Amino acid sequence: MPEPLLTHTSDKQLSSASSSAEASRSDSRSRRLASRISHAERKDQLFRQALLIAGLIVLCLVIAIFLTLIVGSIPSFRATGIHFFWGKVWDPVTEVFGALPFLAGTLLTSFLALFISLPFSLSIAIFLGEYFPPGKGKNYIAGVIREAVELIAGIPSVIYGFWGLFVLVPLVRQLEMKWNVLPYGVGILTASLILALMIIPYAASLGREIINMVPAELKEAAYSLGATRWEVIRHVVLPYARTGIFAGILLSLGRALGETMAVTMVIGNTSVLPKNIFSPGNTLASVIANEFTEAASKVYLSALIELGLVLFLVTTIIHLIGKRIIKQFST
Amino acid sequence: MHLNSIKHLRRRQLISASIRGTVLFFTVLTLLPLVYILIYIIKQGIGAINWSFFTQLPRPVGETGGGIANALVGSLIIVGLATLLAIPIGIFSALYLSEHPQGRLAGMIRFCVEVLTGIPSIVVGIVAYDWLVKPMGSFSAFSGSVALSIMMLPIMIRSAEETLKRFPTHLREASLALGVPYYKTILQVLLPCSLSGVLSGIILSVARIVGETAPLLFTAFGNPYLSFHIFHPMHSLPLLIYNYAISPYDSWHQLAWGAALVLLCWILLLNILTRMIIRKWSVRY
Repeated sequence: MPEPLLTHTSDKQLSSASSSAEASRSDSRSRRLASRISHAERKDQLFRQALLIAGLIVLCLVIAIFLTLIVGSIPSFRATGIHFFWGKVWDPVTEVFGALPFLAGTLLTSFLALFISLPFSLSIAIFLGEYFPPGKGKNYIAGVIREAVELIAGIPSVIYGFWGLFVLVPLVRQLEMKWNVLPYGVGILTASLILALMIIPYAASLGREIINMVPAELKEAAYSLGATRWEVIRHVVLPYARTGIFAGILLSLGRALGETMAVTMVIGNTSVLPKNIFSPGNTLASVIANEFTEAASKVYLSALIELGLVLFLVTTIIHLIGKRIIKQFST
Repeated sequence: MHLNSIKHLRRRQLISASIRGTVLFFTVLTLLPLVYILIYIIKQGIGAINWSFFTQLPRPVGETGGGIANALVGSLIIVGLATLLAIPIGIFSALYLSEHPQGRLAGMIRFCVEVLTGIPSIVVGIVAYDWLVKPMGSFSAFSGSVALSIMMLPIMIRSAEETLKRFPTHLREASLALGVPYYKTILQVLLPCSLSGVLSGIILSVARIVGETAPLLFTAFGNPYLSFHIFHPMHSLPLLIYNYAISPYDSWHQLAWGAALVLLCWILLLNILTRMIIRKWSVRY
């Protein structure tokens, strides 16, 4: 670091200057220099502290969020205890709080969405990562598709929900009438469909990046042995990218679990354990969005915060595992 | 034997080609509904947009016309305030991270940034409610801004750190060797050189949170009137879309479609701006 060097020179200048003939003039000049240097050093010190404080704020922020959720959910935990997680009844009026309907709704919608979206997002990822990779000629179309996917990934969740409410819900209702189930229109299936649409762009762009990371030498070696394009994808690209793709699926799952608005708008919002995928339900996020401002009693509010804590822990753990795998994969 | 192997080769090539076709088919099939969403919003929204849409307040049910001026102003204020709150912390902590690439504290901070990236938006809403709305006793635009700024931080920090750490050592050493103090080296050499990444990170993070609704539900809450007071409830575009979308009135749906189109255009503009900044201003070392 250069600062100690600077102080060193300034000391030396001071001592040598004092012995010269024009002592007073050069003395005052060097004193001014020394004071300027120490001034700069003080500013440096302040600056470094400012950087450190900003970093510490981020650190404290996360700890504070975690603590807030824990403290907030204590009253509910006192009232219901561990039974909270498998209680089937959620009735704020009589203050019975069981989170099972929401846990079931969350898991059902997320996994169903993941299942629906997987073939689609994987094909876009292969299409953009393998058939039309970036940085080569004649892929104007691929460029357009890539831009479109990025653009669509940026559409806010509330707009997806709005669209789902006006286009997807009537569509599902017609299907339900055809299949002879109660035609709610809204429900687990509709929520899963809209979630699937929402995670496809995200999952696809993740998958494309992962597939791009497969070393070209491996693929070229396979081509030189006479493998066809599909054989290279099947036996080289996909096996190599397997862990990365798994991580991509985890990250998409994390997204789906925490998604709020679009799901809230099309899931039907009933706090009853869903019987099948056509019945309306609620997810952790959607019940919080719906009932948080209406929660009158302390335990009710606390129960909702506890749902938030569960959601936070689950999504964070899944997200962190996914990121860790991708980090290992890319190095 | 020879004929057989040719047959075998043909089959393999056929499989390869058919898989290629399948992938293409699935890609197009996926893009269709996604593009349809875009077209649907544009089609529905364009009819709602006229001059009074931007200048008037929503009218009560039964009256036609009206606009979304309160939500537009509210969104601008809430997002602007959130950006102002997030920029100093975001940029300074990114600087800290890039200045201490290996430190233990930096590792912990990086972990926290990762946690913030994955945090569901509704949880941020709960936390902002607990920190600000409950003690202050009322919903406020300020609490909404705090919630949004928490969501902006990770995007901003990661994008800025990515650019800042590419700054070459020799330039830094050259500056320090001239006797330029450390803080001036950072603020006047490193930051200007990394401006494209830092700025595009800021704009990208704005683009990400402009449409966030969940954190605002129990913080900014919404307000049918025009409000400039940051400690009172305030409306915003995504809140308006949500409230009007689930309402049963056609005229409100119409306003919501218009608002959705405005929101989309806003996000698109921010994205284009990000790209232009990256293209025009990025420094190659």
